[in-house]
Amino acid sequence: MIEQRQTKNSFLIVGLVLAACASSASAQYPTPENRPARAAESELNAEESVVTSTVAPNSAVEAALFYLFGGTLLVSALGVCVTKSVVRMATWLFGALGAAAVLYFLMGAAFLGAIQLIVYAGGTLILIVFGVMLTSKSPWVRFDCPRIEMWAAGGVVGVLFVALTTLLIGTQWPTLSAAAHPATIAEFGKELLTTYLVPFEVGSVLLLVVMIGAAHLARQEN
Amino acid sequence: MSIGLLHYLILSAGVLCCGLFVMMTKRNAIGILIGIELVLNSVNINFIAFDRYRAGGGMDGQIAALFVIVLAAAEAAVAVAICMNLYKNINTIDVDRGDALHG
Repeated sequence: MIEQRQTKNSFLIVGLVLAACASSASAQYPTPENRPARAAESELNAEESVVTSTVAPNSAVEAALFYLFGGTLLVSALGVCVTKSVVRMATWLFGALGAAAVLYFLMGAAFLGAIQLIVYAGGTLILIVFGVMLTSKSPWVRFDCPRIEMWAAGGVVGVLFVALTTLLIGTQWPTLSAAAHPATIAEFGKELLTTYLVPFEVGSVLLLVVMIGAAHLARQEN
Repeated sequence: MSIGLLHYLILSAGVLCCGLFVMMTKRNAIGILIGIELVLNSVNINFIAFDRYRAGGGMDGQIAALFVIVLAAAEAAVAVAICMNLYKNINTIDVDRGDALHG
């Protein structure tokens, strides 16, 4: 059983890495570096035709990746719902976080995708697994929920999902430009240190306070 | 059919509902924390989707998503510390047992 899950997880990780490479390769980032180079080696018309010919398969690839990893995300989220053991919940959560990171890459938020993998999958999830190990004598700790409560919660959540979906489909969304505007990390940092300087500093102070507070809360009293 | 804003919003609604279900049905404090992480991720997908399919320039959605990730990390650290305290005091992290302040 455990070996099966391990192979499943390794498949998942390999898939995530492949998709991240594919999305970064398929996305057209009009960086200032590659533009002059392309213009230099080909004429303007040739460049135009290259761009137009790559647009159509690009969207097809985007759709395929969206359905693949959106499906992975939903299946992982449902896996978190149905499984009883906390360790398996954490494993399913890892799949969900990784799939969400690939979706961020797809939407052109490469920096946030990387941060998601590093901070969430690498940090928060490890913290949760440590929490599981420190707070249970056996890792398969499970507390059962009454069946009637399961049905009630499922009903509430189902109604909420149907209501949200009908609301979203019924809303007339303004037809915004679907052209990707990939934010470079340099722009991101500039924005963070000019417009959002105060929240950024407050966030750093918050992290410091949390670090001290968590260490204080979890200390061993001798 | 090309992928648009609506696809991402419906996906994020599904993840939100899964997270809410986890928060409602799990009795394990760490399980509830995992549900909260799912909800925060669905919020992040919304932020980044609105940022991607917006009209004007700027990257407000991505910055908001970054702050959500920072706050989620901080919240997880404090929540795990609280769980360890709960375990130290009542020897379990079943949230139904933590009723010392129950009237």
